[in-house]
Amino acid sequence: MPTHKTLAATGNAVVAEAMRQCKPDVMAAYPITPQTTIVEEFAAFVAKGKTHCEYVTVESEHSAMSACIGAAAAGARVMTATSSQGLALMWEELHIASGMRLPIVMANANRALSAPINIHCDHSDIMGARDTGWVTYFAETAQEAYDNTIMAVRVAEHPDVMLPAMSTLDGFITTHSIDRVSVMDDETVAAFAGEYVPKSALLDTDAPVLHGAFAGLGGPFFEFKKQQRVAMENARQVIKDVGAEYSALSGRPFDVVETWGMEDAEIAIVVLGSTAGNVRHVARDLRAKGLKAGVVKVRVWRPFPYAELAAVLKGLKAVAVLDRAESFGAEGGPLFLETRGALYDLETRVPVVGYIYGLGGADVKLELIERVYQDLSDIAAGSAAPAGLVYLGAREEA
Amino acid sequence: MANLKELTHREDRLAGGHRLCAGCGASIAVRQVLLGAGEDPVVVGCATGCLEVSTTIYPYSSWKTPFIHNAFENSAATISGVEAAFNGLKRAGKIDPDKKVRFVAFGGDGGTYDIGLQALSGAMERGHDMVYVCYDNGAYMNTGIQRSSATPKGAWATTAEVGVAQQGKRQVRKDLTAIIAAHGVPYAAQASVSHWKDLTTKAEKAFNTPGPAFINVFAPCPRGWRTPSSQTVEIAKLAVQTGFWPVYEVENGVWRQTVKVVNRKPLEEFLKPQGRFKHLFAPGNEALLAEMQADVDLAWDRLVARCATE
Repeated sequence: MPTHKTLAATGNAVVAEAMRQCKPDVMAAYPITPQTTIVEEFAAFVAKGKTHCEYVTVESEHSAMSACIGAAAAGARVMTATSSQGLALMWEELHIASGMRLPIVMANANRALSAPINIHCDHSDIMGARDTGWVTYFAETAQEAYDNTIMAVRVAEHPDVMLPAMSTLDGFITTHSIDRVSVMDDETVAAFAGEYVPKSALLDTDAPVLHGAFAGLGGPFFEFKKQQRVAMENARQVIKDVGAEYSALSGRPFDVVETWGMEDAEIAIVVLGSTAGNVRHVARDLRAKGLKAGVVKVRVWRPFPYAELAAVLKGLKAVAVLDRAESFGAEGGPLFLETRGALYDLETRVPVVGYIYGLGGADVKLELIERVYQDLSDIAAGSAAPAGLVYLGAREEA
Repeated sequence: MANLKELTHREDRLAGGHRLCAGCGASIAVRQVLLGAGEDPVVVGCATGCLEVSTTIYPYSSWKTPFIHNAFENSAATISGVEAAFNGLKRAGKIDPDKKVRFVAFGGDGGTYDIGLQALSGAMERGHDMVYVCYDNGAYMNTGIQRSSATPKGAWATTAEVGVAQQGKRQVRKDLTAIIAAHGVPYAAQASVSHWKDLTTKAEKAFNTPGPAFINVFAPCPRGWRTPSSQTVEIAKLAVQTGFWPVYEVENGVWRQTVKVVNRKPLEEFLKPQGRFKHLFAPGNEALLAEMQADVDLAWDRLVARCATE
């Protein structure tokens, strides 16, 4: 039976704790705000002898992911953490990690991308990694960041998946706020994570293998990519199975799409990450005033749960999607585009409106969310949707 | 150090039938370096480039040893990760504590002097037990002979063209070996494929040195240098004999020339057989030739002084 301990801790502290408990053999990481306290915490574990992990203090994020790839190909369980510019610098390597089918687990402290430079939360960094072939979780709270990180290990290393996985948490909001978190004992987590048994390790020197082959024109490149697609599709069920097992162990619910008030909702907001809490708070208040408001939180971003979203949003009178990232020149933010795509096959059209909010850590005030529900309420009552994309809370003069 | 007869009995870890050009200096460099690894298993890392694309065409591999290619600029970082895994897995009890494995990363001059310099510097500074080998053919040969920071002054390259306004590359090449030696690594050396005994000895020393070691190997490219395939070793020899490419080592901070060059030949003897320097012998370029000779003389004198005093 697992023993549970309740802590007052930051998201970063419990991500580092989750990583330690999953017993990585190698961590290669580079500091960047607001990820730094993860690598600091982990460095302290190393110094105190609380892990056998080889900690490689690389000279850049590019080398962090490069060393992670080398270590994972060598046969090690490998973890790292980054944020923002660091994730962007890794971009080339993110594709290589997934293309080489290496189950690296990485935490990302979601943060704005320059320019202008800004160290606060948005999802520009992670959306830039959207198509890199990583399984990607979003945490609303420190608790979810802890839970997602542990589950990510099992999903990544599953024989039907073998893909890298990211456990993301919102910069400062979740990484640095002290939250109430329940953690499990080391033995329980280690047993859940299991032992990683690599298939084609470089360090199995009696059976030499080649990693990173050349597959040029006429070669099997196209088929390799198809296999990655199959692996990502396989991840859908694996994520649910691992989630159910973890849920039974931890006593906390898990789903790829988590909802509040959707049983009878007429309008809903779709959201990623920490803002889900704010939205739920507002929805609760509005429900007291008779508005049938619901909340849909996307907890797993890749593979994108389009079928689950369609099922939960079907028949609604209006849906708003909050994007904390831009896709300049597109019709809306990435979550908006994919959510609307997910609803295309429904027989009855559901009106979907897109909002950009909170870029660079801009305040997500409750009245802004109230305004979104008001818009939805108006649309449900027959008004026209706001024209174009709404920059929620942006100052007018800008 | 093993003699030639003994070396012939060691396993060749790079199989024949790879797709490198006839006369390519890179495969010679690889073979000589790997001979220095002795009998222990070796994990090879390689940067994107001629050596990588010509030896790893799926589903084939020319490598009889575990091999990893990651990208262009990160061969050093990648192998440092493999070495880290070896340490971590030993501590986890998943690898026999007595098991010995050698780690070597290869890269061309583009992947080493230029785009991979940061990753190399980082790996050297962190002190991984690994050997980094640059096969220096003085340009981006895989993409079509573009100039790198290792391209010699005056050399033609497709991004350092020859015309009325310019006579090939304008800048002096970067002294990478000295840069790596300045990291204070226990072993750094410069070698040439023309001097097999010197190179295999250096490789053996590098592999046997605990911690990071670096070897910069002069590796002619017939395609890029516009030289006959049969002349690779001869031209590499001339590079050493003219002092264009002095062979030396820096062992725990002590600089030593490892091949005696008694009567240093004029630089022109190295330049003349190569099509990439052809324009230098056209009327009007005498001053540039003299400048290139002066550059070599200055670098030589500095090296000699370093070896005498340190």
